[in-house]
Amino acid sequence: MECKGEALCAEVIRISASDVGKCMRCGKCSASCPSYDEMEYHPHEFAYMVSSGDADALLESDSAYKCVSCLTCSERCPCGVAPSRLVEAFRIIKARERSNAAFAPERSVFDDGEIPGQALVSAFRKFSK
Amino acid sequence: MVKVSYYPGCTLKNKAKELDKYAVRCAEILGVEMEEIENWQCCGGVFCDSSDEVATKLSAVRALACAARRKTPLVTVCTACHNVIKRTLHALRYDAVFSERVRNYLGDEAKGAENAEVYHYLELLRDVVGFETLKGKVVNELKGKRVAAYYGCLFLRPGSVMQTDDAEDPRIMESFIKSLGAEPVIYPMRNECCGAYTFFEEKEAALKKGAAVLKSAENFGADLIAAACPLCRYNLESSSKSLPGGAEKKLPVVYFTELLAEALGVKEARYGM
Repeated sequence: MECKGEALCAEVIRISASDVGKCMRCGKCSASCPSYDEMEYHPHEFAYMVSSGDADALLESDSAYKCVSCLTCSERCPCGVAPSRLVEAFRIIKARERSNAAFAPERSVFDDGEIPGQALVSAFRKFSK
Repeated sequence: MVKVSYYPGCTLKNKAKELDKYAVRCAEILGVEMEEIENWQCCGGVFCDSSDEVATKLSAVRALACAARRKTPLVTVCTACHNVIKRTLHALRYDAVFSERVRNYLGDEAKGAENAEVYHYLELLRDVVGFETLKGKVVNELKGKRVAAYYGCLFLRPGSVMQTDDAEDPRIMESFIKSLGAEPVIYPMRNECCGAYTFFEEKEAALKKGAAVLKSAENFGADLIAAACPLCRYNLESSSKSLPGGAEKKLPVVYFTELLAEALGVKEARYGM
């Protein structure tokens, strides 16, 4: 069962413990985001959509998986909203609801024999959806 | 000899041996004995940024509890492990619900974990050994080398939890580079992301992020880049290979421990004079 609408936003707020109501829409998070160009929805839109009670589109979008978890948005947020935690909440909700689809990397990425184990365990956590 | 508990983590025992062996060997020269903790498990690579996630943080709790039992500080060399362990320690100390759930999982095995003291190897050099003492032990000064420190994300952020240094304008790696006799290069992209684990799903985007870091360091006159995280190094090197130009034009990306080992004379000089 997937949650939607206000129930989804409440779950995101519970998991992230983020006070999205504090967002003053300065856009510093998105301006700092290294994955801005790849995202359909940007960090400031995560905050806005969750606080407005309609974030269903974020669950369907791949934007959360473009995030590199660098935490720059949260570091620079003047209001302590922590957009990176909102993004993480969407990844967690998807992983928990659809956990039958674990991350399966393409074999070709291992071809160079150099990729660190650290990358693989991190990707398993972030890309299981 | 100061004794510390050492948590190597998954990558230092295979793909990033230069981080592991030189850190341990150089510590000995600097009067620190790094004792590997028993039965350590992989930290998971990334801290799951949610207060209701417990199981993914238990390996870090076990490592902390082990160091607390030994009554020695817990030292990591990989910045990803350091990030997971330090943030788990913070959660244990300041999140009562989290720490109760941890106790429900681990019982006595988690005992004392919140009392552990955690250092990254560079913090150990700064706060326990001291950069001045390190300077005094250098036998091969890396004179004339312009070294660009690459911090990446996990060593610094979140700043309020990691408290490594100023998260936006850090100096710890530059002070380290200076104490080896080299010249640190301050460049704009030093604490921007290398692309991290997205290499798997977003190869082109990850390569672009790494390339931006390389370009920035090069523009500010660096001879080489020093990194502390195996994934940062991998991403920067992959980006470097994807850029046009021959091997001789590429900026070398090395682990900070390799420079330390050269300066202390335990590794053959390659990047120094």
